[in-house]
Order: sequence, then structure tokens, then C-alpha cells
Amino acid sequence: MALAFDEYGRPFIILKEQDQKTRLRGIDAQKANISAGKAVARILRTSLGPKGMDKILQSPDGDVTITNDGATILEQMDVDNQIAKLMVELSRSQDYEIGDGTTGVVVMAGALLEQAERLLERGIHPIRIAEGYEMASRIAVEHLEHISQKFDFGTTNIEPLVQTCMTTLSSKIVNRCKRHLAEISVKAVLSVADLERKDVNLDMIKVEGKVGGKLEDTELIYGITVDKDMSHPQMPKQIEDAKIAILTCPFEPPKPKTKHKVDIDTVEKFQTLRLQEQKYFDDMVQKCKDVGATLVICQWGFDDEANHLLMHRNLPAVRWVGGVELELIAIATGGRIVPRFQELTPEKLGRAGLVREKSFGTTKDKMLYIEHCANSRAVTIFIRGGNKMMIEETKRSIHDALCVARNLIRNNSIVYGGGSAEISCSIAVEAGADKYPGVEQYAIRAFADALDSVPMALAENSGLQPIETLSAVKSQQIKENNPHYGIDCNDAGTNDMQQQDVFETLIGKQQQILLATQVVKMILKIDDVISPSDY
Amino acid sequence: MAIERILKDDASEEKGERARTASFVGAIAITDLVKTTLGPKGMDKILQSTGRGQEVTVTNDGATILKSLHIDNPAAKVLIDISKVQDDEVGDGTTSVVVLAGELLREAEKLVAAKIHPMTIISGYRIAAECARNALLQRVVDNKENAEKFKSDLMKIAKTTLSSKILSQDKEHFAQLAVDAVMRLKGSTNLEAIQIIKKPGGSLKDSFLDEGFILDKKIGLGQPKRIENAKILVANTAMDTDKVKIYGARVRVDSMSKVAEIEGAEKEKMREKVQKIIAHGINCFVNRQLIYNFPEELFADAGVLAIEHADFDGIERLALVTGGEIASTFDNPESVKLGHCKLIEEIMIGEDKLIHFSGVEMGQACTIVLRGASHHMLDEAERSLHDALCVLSQTVNDTRVVLGGGWPEMVMAKAVDELARQTPGKKSHAIEAFSRSLVAIPTIIADNAGLDSADLVAQLRAEHHKEGCNAGIDVISGSVGDMAELGISESFKVKQAVLLSATEAAEMILRVDEIITCAPRKREDRM
Repeated sequence: MALAFDEYGRPFIILKEQDQKTRLRGIDAQKANISAGKAVARILRTSLGPKGMDKILQSPDGDVTITNDGATILEQMDVDNQIAKLMVELSRSQDYEIGDGTTGVVVMAGALLEQAERLLERGIHPIRIAEGYEMASRIAVEHLEHISQKFDFGTTNIEPLVQTCMTTLSSKIVNRCKRHLAEISVKAVLSVADLERKDVNLDMIKVEGKVGGKLEDTELIYGITVDKDMSHPQMPKQIEDAKIAILTCPFEPPKPKTKHKVDIDTVEKFQTLRLQEQKYFDDMVQKCKDVGATLVICQWGFDDEANHLLMHRNLPAVRWVGGVELELIAIATGGRIVPRFQELTPEKLGRAGLVREKSFGTTKDKMLYIEHCANSRAVTIFIRGGNKMMIEETKRSIHDALCVARNLIRNNSIVYGGGSAEISCSIAVEAGADKYPGVEQYAIRAFADALDSVPMALAENSGLQPIETLSAVKSQQIKENNPHYGIDCNDAGTNDMQQQDVFETLIGKQQQILLATQVVKMILKIDDVISPSDY
Repeated sequence: MAIERILKDDASEEKGERARTASFVGAIAITDLVKTTLGPKGMDKILQSTGRGQEVTVTNDGATILKSLHIDNPAAKVLIDISKVQDDEVGDGTTSVVVLAGELLREAEKLVAAKIHPMTIISGYRIAAECARNALLQRVVDNKENAEKFKSDLMKIAKTTLSSKILSQDKEHFAQLAVDAVMRLKGSTNLEAIQIIKKPGGSLKDSFLDEGFILDKKIGLGQPKRIENAKILVANTAMDTDKVKIYGARVRVDSMSKVAEIEGAEKEKMREKVQKIIAHGINCFVNRQLIYNFPEELFADAGVLAIEHADFDGIERLALVTGGEIASTFDNPESVKLGHCKLIEEIMIGEDKLIHFSGVEMGQACTIVLRGASHHMLDEAERSLHDALCVLSQTVNDTRVVLGGGWPEMVMAKAVDELARQTPGKKSHAIEAFSRSLVAIPTIIADNAGLDSADLVAQLRAEHHKEGCNAGIDVISGSVGDMAELGISESFKVKQAVLLSATEAAEMILRVDEIITCAPRKREDRM
């Protein structure tokens, strides 16, 4: 720890409890940070691409997650190092923004850090490296724009969308039936998409899973499923042309929020209260019945008596439905959520063609399907699978696929996958480097090298000779001036990604490069790490 | 400069080869654990719980064994999970699915050691599983049309399932019980309607199927013990103090006489309620909640049989059986549906008194009364019977049936072997391995029965080389026999679920190349 002394030789105390803190500065701090970032990237590197491997993550409570989704791995890894946390953030922001390519962005950042380390050793100032990276990323992003292609799809021609989703799904464990799942995802997105505004509200797509059955049984339901059953076992299990009252008030005696006490001191009061209570239940059910509802969905519980009255008046009801589900039901059926019985009117009822209860397996598992809704925009993807981890992983994969489809609807530019875009960018950046005078030129070249690391990792994971394959593809791209050549991970026999139908979205790729560069810049600018030492 | 640690204290990370070895070892250890329970001559396990009382369970049900284990190995957890799902979904084959997945991993380990990439193994396994399923599909027997034959199929399946359990001595008897019970369901898979009551005493043979409904409750004092042509009201209502539910209401009085008044009013209220209930014209009242002495007395006076505190399942089942509805308000008696039955009486099983409802309206429900020497015995008998019931009810829905005794495995293995020979590339090794894993199941069955597995399986393989062969292992005589003649059958749905989930689980474990374990959450010290 460096200390400052005054003219009499007494040390200044600058930091509180200075001797208990560890401090790293200058080049040491940068190197430590870089090595931490690299360590995180190394963990994810093997998960990249269609032949990437999975990781088992055991949580503090002993639950097991098996996944190869970069964001999920990092999220659950229980990271302690500050720089490693930055990398976790990086992957998360890619997940929020784009939803896919979470592994790729971390691998890219790791490669950039690795290159930066070499430059630092040569004595180049970190800020200069950061600036060089910035320029290079601009070149790369522009180049991506240049090589991207527009592609057409419509509600009738969904094939291109399905292909893109398949590329995303092929790196997951579900690639056995990727075609099926990709079609489901695309149909789901299209049914909620607003093609004119080019916007997709992914909240309208609910992904539900239930253990059991096979992956192939996964289905798209044009409606909503609720993991609940009818409040009374003897209510009808199937309702056609249902008119649904969506309530957020309990079928219970009122509980005024202000503090109050009702004192009973005479027999008469006791009697009146009793009658009032009975009438109260009766009124509630009557109101629902009066507006013509044939199904009541309620966020709260029912009193036993109310429950029986509902059953008695032949009004099926569902209780304890979660807030999010309630909202979805309201959107799907075109109903309004009613907070008070007094406000029930026939216009506020939702409509659905069919509501049915379905049971699964040998245990008493029941789900409620609400189908043929008035507003068919809300859909549910219902996943079946052999075990809980499989379902969880499928959910994550579907999420990725949904995001990709949404991105394409927002912006229908694509670049080709299989590392071809990175290779092409690398070539462009390399060529652009010579135009820049000064030290930045080195940083730009380093950036080009870092871009190569993604296809390199792809080749490695696919069991190919990484250096050999990469150089072959690179020279092929330059020779034929065709940016569509990439790594042939699936052993399909051709390098041309256009023929293999491997696409990725343009914004996804651009975002990857920009985010990775940003984080690396941030890490490079740190030259002092002060942390409390372990006590 | 040393690399700083990335993960938190106590978190561990295992990579590449070591991670793979860890998961293989874990999965194979689990397989070896349950392996010995497979087949008709499989052995049981004693499980002692760590909780209070150190309860002991004796079982050979794979799912039950695995559920009770405390496992730390993540790969082993995957296997336990598939066994649980198998239990939920089809109810039987919980051991087989774990054994098959374990064998698949054991073969995969050898392939990985021979430098074949896990991804190649996975794609080989996938092709093989598809092929095995198709092979099995071609050989299924479907007797949906022929009710007589179908019933005998069910009987065979029940016997096969039960023969590996503690009930195997009386499998004839129990198979008949199970089939009768499931046939009454008429195609629904709602096993709720079948009630199993366990009463220690007597022998397993004394177990019987009762067509009516038995409620494990006593009849209130001074009330009729026997009612013919009973009208039953099934209710879920408070019969203790019927309190005012309006929030914040409380009784506050300033003199003793007022207390007495209010008490009187309360009593009056209860009396009214009882009157209303009796006004339904019933002679039996079953409530889910407690009935206090006062209303009970009132019921006794009116000659109504009142049964209190029937549990929730009991109530629902009773409502289902008698065709009544569960009531909570009693203001309009004309529209409440009452349940009916011909006779209610108190019966004695062993030393306990139970209430027996016979001649009920709905024919679906029934009760199986299990008798046995000890609690452990009864628990195990219940699990076995549950397995059989699950399988049967699933078979009623999916009527396809295959033979048992290792026959399906051999059929699949043969088809998969054939495929391996036609597949070019490294995948064929994986496909071959898949067939070896399938053959491992008959091998284990034979081993567990103390037979010469190598010899038997070789014979079996030779037999299966002929077209349309029905050969399987006959454990009783210790030789290869004709499964069709011996009447050993299994449900296709179970076999298919075993095959698919085992492959899925094996695939999942194979794909892993890194295990990151977080630090266990620190328990709060309660001292």
C-alpha cells in the first residue's frame, strides 16, 4: 500500500482503515481484471454453437439446473469477483435487449480482453486501446449493415422465420424437435404481432410447462391455460360460449380497510348481523348471475358458503388465479377486470368459445384451458417433457426463439450465421485498420483478431481443427468475395451458410459487438481496485 | 499475478473430463442401487428415515426408494427426477427407467473413453430410440375391439406388474381386485374413485374389493347404526360454533344475563341450522368439519345419522359415489341434490368399526380393503396395488399391449442392431451401444433371479433371430419361454415412456461438460 508522508515523516491516512484494505493499481489492476474477465469467458466458450456442451449448476439449495444458455449460466454461477460481475451484467443486458446470443457476447468480450492484454504488455496506454476498439467496432457495425440482407415474410410465408428460429434452437438440448418448436414459436409471435407497427408484445405469450409426456407433445394453444381447477369439484368441467366475469374481489364478507369494531351486545344485533351476512353472499352471487356470466374467475378465495351458492346457482368458478394470469385472461377474452361487485355490467364480461378442464397423468393434476377467445391475440405455449430440468431448459430455449422472431419482425435484416458474419467483419476491420494513423491501428488489428475467436470457438466445439478451418474459410471469403461462408458445424458438407439456411438477426449481431466493446472499454479504464480485505 | 478467484467461497467448479466422470459415476451409482430390485425376483430395500421416530419403509418400488434418498450428485438428481415423473405419468416402470438410463450412460462412458464426442453419441442414441420405438410399435397387440380378450390382457398386465412386488404370492387375487376396480371406472383415469383402506390384521389373502364405499369413521352416539334407503346430505359447513364472519365483529357485553342471552341466541341459531338440514328430508348427514355435541344431540333426536370430520378426499369421494352435491348453505332444500344409497351400516373389520355405504348410485367407485400382518406390509401392498391400478387405468385408455419378460427389450435391441449395421459413420457405435443397454435389462432380470444370465440372454437372442418369436425369460422355471403362452404382458405406454424418458435423461447428462456448485446456503444456527 502506498503511503503519503508529510514533511515530518508522519503518514497521512487517506482511506478509512487503510491497512485493512487491499489495493491493486496500475498495470497489475488491469491484468487482474482482464484475467478475471477471461476466466468467465472461458467457462462459456464450450457452450457456444450447435455442438456446444451444457453445464450443470447446483444452486445453494441443491436444485439442479442444466443449461447452455449463457445468461442463465452466469446468473446462477454465484460470482464474487467484481469484473466477473460486469460480465454477468453484460450477458444479462444482451438477454434483455435481444434475448439471444448471450453466450456469444461474453466470448467476444473475453477475446477482446485477451487481445488487450497483449497490447498492454507492449506498453500501449489502455485508453488508446479503448479508443481503437471503439473505432473498430464502428467499422464492424457498418460492415454488418453492408452485408446484411432483407428478407421477406408474411403471415402466409413463415418459412424464413422458422428457419431463423431453428438456428437459435439448434444449439439447445431441444434440437431433436427444433422444427416443431420453431414453428410453434413463430406462430405464437405472429399471432400476437402488430405487423403494421412492427411491434410484438411478448407478454401476450405465456409459456407454461408441465412435467410428463414427450417433447413432441408440446403445443400452441390459442388461448390461455391456468394451472387451477374449478373451485367446487362438482362444477361442470366444460363450458361452451362462456361469458366470463373477471373479479378481483373475494367472495367473502367485506373487510373495510379502516379499523373498526362491531360490538355485539344484544341478541337483536346478533340476529341482524347474521341475516346481513347471509344476504351478502346471496347478493354477490346474484349480481354475477344477473349480468349473465357463465363463469367466474376470481383472484381471491371463496368462503365455503359462497362456494356452495355458486355451485347451487350453476355458476362455475375458479379461485386464486394469479394477477398476471388474470390480466392475460382479461386481454384474451376482451373482458374487464372488475374490482367490485357493484360495477359488474354485461359489457365487462369476457368471452371465450370453450373453457375446459383437463387432467394429466395418474396424479390429480388439472389445468384449465380457455380457448377460442374473443381476442385471440393471447396465446400459450404448453411444454411437455420428461423431467423438470428439461422443461425449464425448453422454456429458456423457447424464450430465445421468441425473441429472435420478434427481432425479425421489428427489423427484417439478417446476417448469416455460423461465424460467417464475424469472419467477414474481421476482414473488413483488418482492411480498415491501415487507414488510421497512430497507435490505434494496433488496437484495431487486435479487434479483428478478437472477432476471429467466435468462429474459432465454434470450430473447436464442433470437433474441427480450429486454426485450419478458420483460415480456410477466411481465404475462401476473400477469394470469392462472398460473406456467406462460415464454419460447417453440422457436417453438412458445405460452408455456404446461405445454402444451410443459418441466419441470425442483424440487430442481434450488432448489439453483441457494441455491448462487448463497451464492457471491455469499461474494464480497460479501471486502474485501481480497492477492496476490503477478508477479515 | 495469480488469477483471482471468480466464484464465491466454497463454490466448486469441475470441468471437462472430470465433470463428465462425476456425472457418470453418480448416475451409475444410482443405477446399481436400484438395479437389484428389478424383475420378479428383485430384492427389497429397507429405508430408514432420518426424521423423528426413524420410520422404516420396506419397498422395492423404484420411485419410493429414490424419493427417500438424499443425493448430492447433480446427475443422480436427474435420474431421480425421471423416476418421479414416470411414477406420476404412468405409475409403473420407475425402476426400469432409471436402470435403462444408467445403462445408456455406462455404455456412453466407454464410448467417450474411446474418444467419441458426446454429441455424436447423443445423435446416435436419438436415432436408436426412434428406431426402437418403431420396432415395438410394429409388434403391439391391440385388443380394443374384443372386450373379452382385452380383459384377459388387463389381467395379464396386472399379474406381471404385481409379480415383482410383495403381493406376488397372491397375485392372482390382487390382479383380479385391481382389474375389477379399474373396469368399474369405465375408462376414466380418475383413481380418486378407488379408495384403499389399510387395516392391519388377517393375511393378505383376506383383502377384498367392496363395491360400495367405506368411510373410516364412527357413527355418533345414540344414532341409528343401520339405515336402509338412506338419503345423504354431504356438507362442508361449520357445525361447532357458527360464528359471524363479518370482519371485526365481536361480542362485548356488560352483564352475565346478556351473556346468557347471546348464548341462547347462538344455540337458537344452531338449532335453526340443524332444523334446516333435517328439513331436507335426510336420514344421514356427513360433514367435513367437526360436529359439536349440541348439534349432534339434535341430530340424534331426529333420528339422523351424523358423521363428523370426514376428510376432504372422503367427502369428495362420497359426493361422487352417492351422486349428491357438497352443500354449504341450507336455505333451499328443494334444489339441493341429495345422495342416495341402499344401506348404511356399521361394519367391523378386525377391531375397527367402519361405516359402509352399499348399493350406491354411481357404479364407478369402489373400495379395496387391504389386510396384512404389519404396517410395513400394508404400506408396500398399497404401493404395489397403486402401481397396478395406474398401469391398468392407463392401459384402458391406450389399449396397446406388448409382451413382458424382457421380450420388448430383445425386439428393440434386434431392430437397433440392424440399424447400427446400416448406419455409416461414428454414430453406429452409439447405436450399437444403445442395443447393448437394452439387452442389459433382461440380463439384470435374470441375474436378480440367480440365473445364468449370459447363457439365457444368448439363447434369447438366438430365439429372437426367428421372425415373430415370443420368447422371453421365464424366471419361475429359469429358462427361455414363450411369453404369450405364459401370459406375461406389459402396457405399451409404460414401455414407451421408459424408453423415451431414459434416452432423454441420458442425453441431458451426456451434454454436460462443466459442473458449478454454489456454496450451500448457510443454515441459521438455531442454538
